[in-house]
Amino acid sequence: MTTHRLAIAAALILACLFPLFAASIGQTALVGLATRILIYAIAAASLNIVMGFGGMVSFGHAAFFGVGGYAVGVLAAHHGADPIFGLLPGSNAFLVAVPVAMLCAAVVAAIIGALSLRTGGAQFIMITLAFAQILFFLAVSIKAYGGDEGLVIRRPNVLFGLNLRDRATMYFVTLAITAGFLALVWRLKASTFGAVLNGVRQNERRMAALGYDTYGVRLYAFILSGAGTGLAGALMANALRFASPDMLHWTKSGDFIIMVVLGGLGTLAGPLLGAAAFLTLETYLGAWTQYWQLPLGIILLLVVLGTRGGLMRLLTLSGDWIRRRLP
Amino acid sequence: MLLILEQVLNGLQYGVTLFLLAAGLTLIFGIMGVINLAHGSLYMIGAFAGVYVGSLTGSYVMGMAGAIAVGAAAGLAMEALVVRRLYARDHLDQVLATFAVILIANQAIVLLFGRQPLYAPIPAALAQPVTLGPGFQYPAYRLFVIAAGLGVAGLLYLLINHTRIGMLVRAGSSNREMVRALGVNIRWLYTSVFVLGALLASFAGFVAGPIYSVEAGMGERIILATFVVVVVGGLGSIKGAFVAALVLGMIDTLMRGVLPEIMRLLMEPSQADALSAGLASMGIYLVMALFLLVRPRGLFAPGS
Repeated sequence: MTTHRLAIAAALILACLFPLFAASIGQTALVGLATRILIYAIAAASLNIVMGFGGMVSFGHAAFFGVGGYAVGVLAAHHGADPIFGLLPGSNAFLVAVPVAMLCAAVVAAIIGALSLRTGGAQFIMITLAFAQILFFLAVSIKAYGGDEGLVIRRPNVLFGLNLRDRATMYFVTLAITAGFLALVWRLKASTFGAVLNGVRQNERRMAALGYDTYGVRLYAFILSGAGTGLAGALMANALRFASPDMLHWTKSGDFIIMVVLGGLGTLAGPLLGAAAFLTLETYLGAWTQYWQLPLGIILLLVVLGTRGGLMRLLTLSGDWIRRRLP
Repeated sequence: MLLILEQVLNGLQYGVTLFLLAAGLTLIFGIMGVINLAHGSLYMIGAFAGVYVGSLTGSYVMGMAGAIAVGAAAGLAMEALVVRRLYARDHLDQVLATFAVILIANQAIVLLFGRQPLYAPIPAALAQPVTLGPGFQYPAYRLFVIAAGLGVAGLLYLLINHTRIGMLVRAGSSNREMVRALGVNIRWLYTSVFVLGALLASFAGFVAGPIYSVEAGMGERIILATFVVVVVGGLGSIKGAFVAALVLGMIDTLMRGVLPEIMRLLMEPSQADALSAGLASMGIYLVMALFLLVRPRGLFAPGS
């Protein structure tokens, strides 16, 4: 346990020093990459709640990511202009827009989850995909919010007079939120609810026989996961100052699944590692060749077919190997 | 009225194209239990191989033969290299591995043919529109696609219901373990079913090529609709796939044709077009979501 705490402390210190490091080698663009990694880590950690802890393969998490992003965008678009549907005022405040984004994503997740969880297996995968596609086409078709061109957010949200346009500031805000979020997920896994969810994944009938409302447990996990993914979407909209149908595209759902599995399904640090690996690959393969999806596909295929447990398992195995060699 | 009739024929044409893809996909799921996202890649490979061979030989029929041959070979390779390792895995691994295959196939096509869509010619004999009634003309090629699709569906019906391999396929889709326990060479059956699916998909890609555009990523545009068909029809049921493909193909096409007209009465044209295009694209997903709530296992789920 102490080694884990040490590792977490070391990772946090390194993460805090990262902008300095990036500046010292003259690559401040790396800070933007790191911010995106942290944001995707939140989305992947959220997906991991349903997929890793709960055993539900959702192929529609882009829906919640997009809802979070569009919530921030729509609120910002109505800030200082006419109210939404003539009722709700827009907002430019981080502490209003981001919680509202999470709430919207949670409500959407409650609806999608309540309907989708009546099915299972392959049908669940496809029905979550279908709902995400519905939202994708909705975003494309509403011209008032940019349609297929997306919604430009002129100014990032306001948070205590910080300048979120500044790369390093956005990075530190994201770092704090991601660290807090991952700590919450860790608490969730260790909680009674986490244990029940794990039980439902392993043997639903037994948990039902023990008196648990397995549908309710799954739905609750799905809603939490949706809210977390909405948080990631809201942060991404702030970081890019842009919300677009791209956030809702079905391949985005695929990307999230890739991150979770690449890092290690059902582990705590896996989603962070997976997001880092995925975005680093995307950035560097993309800079190296315009055909970067070819090597990405091959790597992904090898990881899925050849390993069980992703990068986290690789780390655990190498940790064991080192420990065996120590006196 | 004529507009509606034309849309109905277009819907039928889209429906049979969907069926050609859905038949293979539903068999692959019903018999091997594999979700193959890369089925659309076989459709794309068929289209590209057909156009390439067709342009080399100058013959539509040779193009079709090329499409089918290359599609079958690609299916054989895909099964041997990737899908065979997924039979014992869970759905998550299958989705991921076949998603990776999509990335690889699309980039390979871009490397070979570039990003520009290829021109797929219509054979001269089918280039002229046919007069179907007073004042009603319809492209002959689309009629040919409908006829070819229905013909293949008929052949498939004979194959599944009146041959020995068809019997094994039916048995496999209703109870996989039992077929295995009865000593059928399951590996051979799996490979043949996958190649059959690849044949149908590449044929679909080839005949649809002149109607839709032949470009990298063309598979994904149709594969999601195909999955909707397969799920609504009931995973593993060819009959379900046939009914669902025709119904959903019709719904999709009619919504695309009729919605803009209705919406234009309600709002200004530019907004109406965007909104109705979005709503029409949503249509089949809405149908699927609502349908699964009533029948979570689809229309005709075998073994249920």
